Amino acid sequence: MINKMRELDRGRVNALHAVGDRWRALPKWQRSLAFVAFVVFLYYLPLLGIPGLTWLRTDSISGGSNWAGVLFTCAVYVLVAIGLNVVIGLAGLLDLGYIGFFAIGAYAVALFGSVNSPVVQWFQREFDLPPTWAVTWAICAFIALVLALISGVLLGWPTLRLRGDYLAIVTLGFGEIIRIVARNLEGVTRGPQGISAIPGPEGPPSPDNQIFGLIDIKPWYWLAITVVLLMVFAVRRLEHSRVGRSWLAIREDEDAAAVMGVYPFKFKLWAFAIGAALGGFAGFLFASRYAFIDPTQFNVNLSILFVAMVVVGGSGNMVGVSVGAVLLAYLPERFREIADYRWLAFGLAMVLVMILRPQGLIPSRRRARELKDRAAEAEEAPAHV
Amino acid sequence: MNFDDLFGHIGQHTVDGLSKGAIYALIALGYTLVYGVLRLINFAHSEVFMVGTFAVLGLWTAFGVENNPPIGQAVLLLVLGLIVAALASGGTALAIERIAYRPLRRKNAPPLIFLITAIGLSLVLVEIFGLVLPKLLGEAVPSIFGRARIILGMPTIIEQKTLFTIFGTSITNIQLIVFVSAVVMMALLDWFINRTRYGRGVRAVAQNPETAALMGVNQERVIMLIFVLGGIMAGAAALLWSMRFGFTQNSIGFVLGLKAFTAAVLGGIGNLRGALVGGLFLGIVEVYGATLFQSSWEDVIAFVVLVVVLMFRPTGILGESLGRARA
Repeated sequence: MINKMRELDRGRVNALHAVGDRWRALPKWQRSLAFVAFVVFLYYLPLLGIPGLTWLRTDSISGGSNWAGVLFTCAVYVLVAIGLNVVIGLAGLLDLGYIGFFAIGAYAVALFGSVNSPVVQWFQREFDLPPTWAVTWAICAFIALVLALISGVLLGWPTLRLRGDYLAIVTLGFGEIIRIVARNLEGVTRGPQGISAIPGPEGPPSPDNQIFGLIDIKPWYWLAITVVLLMVFAVRRLEHSRVGRSWLAIREDEDAAAVMGVYPFKFKLWAFAIGAALGGFAGFLFASRYAFIDPTQFNVNLSILFVAMVVVGGSGNMVGVSVGAVLLAYLPERFREIADYRWLAFGLAMVLVMILRPQGLIPSRRRARELKDRAAEAEEAPAHV
Repeated sequence: MNFDDLFGHIGQHTVDGLSKGAIYALIALGYTLVYGVLRLINFAHSEVFMVGTFAVLGLWTAFGVENNPPIGQAVLLLVLGLIVAALASGGTALAIERIAYRPLRRKNAPPLIFLITAIGLSLVLVEIFGLVLPKLLGEAVPSIFGRARIILGMPTIIEQKTLFTIFGTSITNIQLIVFVSAVVMMALLDWFINRTRYGRGVRAVAQNPETAALMGVNQERVIMLIFVLGGIMAGAAALLWSMRFGFTQNSIGFVLGLKAFTAAVLGGIGNLRGALVGGLFLGIVEVYGATLFQSSWEDVIAFVVLVVVLMFRPTGILGESLGRARA
């Protein structure tokens, strides 16, 4: 049966590749047109009503559908997946503490943007500011990006010289440290009580907000999808630049890359910092939409979910990781009756994909070739472990 | 910073740290054995320990053990617990090797793929014990797997008593049992690896797999052996944990596993005696740190130690070995 599944899977991948080839062979204007149509579709998506597919049960609105909310979650996860893909897929560094950067972004907007945060209250006391004063949302976005970037550099600087699997464990510890710090530093983060009244683009959450409220999630989705599209574009440019080529070279053979004049540490640090900034920005969007965060939202399982999105989807391939993120965010919401089993399902999916298709469901061709080469080497030298 | 408490009761804190570290050291052996031979981090090893604690819990509940049984019965329960935990943990470790690692080894997969697989497996095991088993067994044996994801208490097998006091440092019977049995288990393993025929095979494969294969060492069998040995040690740790702390939970493995891994790296991963040194050292550092700051920072201390060791001495205190020169 496994052989039959393999056969089917090979057919599926060949079809995918054929579609990819066709796509690349199309004239430029047709490709642009199709792309524009797809983007329009993405923006139209929350208004789409297909029974069974887009009607999603929710506990917050009785009898209502949470479709736009789920779409927002999907968009944020896609952003996370794109950021993590830079680290895992392009540079080949396994980061198991990505939730740490996500949390830093979320706490950045909470600590600087909410009137309930001890940090804002400290500023108010020190500088005699009115009690409604807080940093504006747009500036918080900038703070979130910069803080995440800095923490990426700070974590990467000492640890990126380590071997890959050590790095994974250290980053795992980092994610856990961020959560424990958020829980224990009650004077700064209010600890387990969490921080409420996190602002959105229109300022702190209030019933007067016209667009970005807590009930209608559609504007939030449109905001998130805009950010995702911008980031997809930026990362794509990066991937095809000198930096992107260096990442691929380091991933495939670090020593060879170093001999060719690519300084691995520098580019690894770049990948780490850029990935961290994207993760931080995703956390920022997440926190401003929910207007409330507490440390329990940033547990390690979420970090593993992020890794699962990337590796199940197909690390190194932006379409693959986006599909992985959407699947892993959408399916548990769609099948909420069995949502308890989602972690079990994610774990099984990770194991099965790694054993049967380590390159992921929608693989990057280059990565698939790399793994095949290694398998061929193993056949030539069977005694090698 | 509570220096008064730390230096005022330094002996007491050291004893507490040693008995804690002994458990870390036993779990660390599993990481070290696998790393020494395969150069892999067996991330799922923390779940091997978790399965062991559940085996102990299952056994004691099945016997309907009350708190503080008579001494003869207590010894019997502990011995049976050791056997059952070792079987469960060893079996789990072996299953992990067969199901996940062997197919990957055949394909010469990069180390990160092993790690991701192990993380997935670890998630699967945690969920099975938190969710699937309670549903399956919930009605048959309600007291063992009552509800999902809660802390499950165990009966007290040996009542905690202060045995003797030296210089104001009191040592309890449980601390003594934990420490002595952990050291005995490790001494047995050390003897097995360094003095027996099978151990020689393990060291040979660790040193050079190709040559070992040419000399007639069955590599697959050695790999199975190290997984089982690591599992047995985790089972022993599970029994000691159950006796000392008296609770378990499906998610118990994660933090404990990270600490044990830290202990392994601290002592020099791949080095059996290093695991003992690293475990005890980490236990002491952790207790000192928790006294100095607050106990809610305890888990952070281990990670900070890990980062510092990896930065300044990635080969650990005793250096990496298990018959292999550092490449």
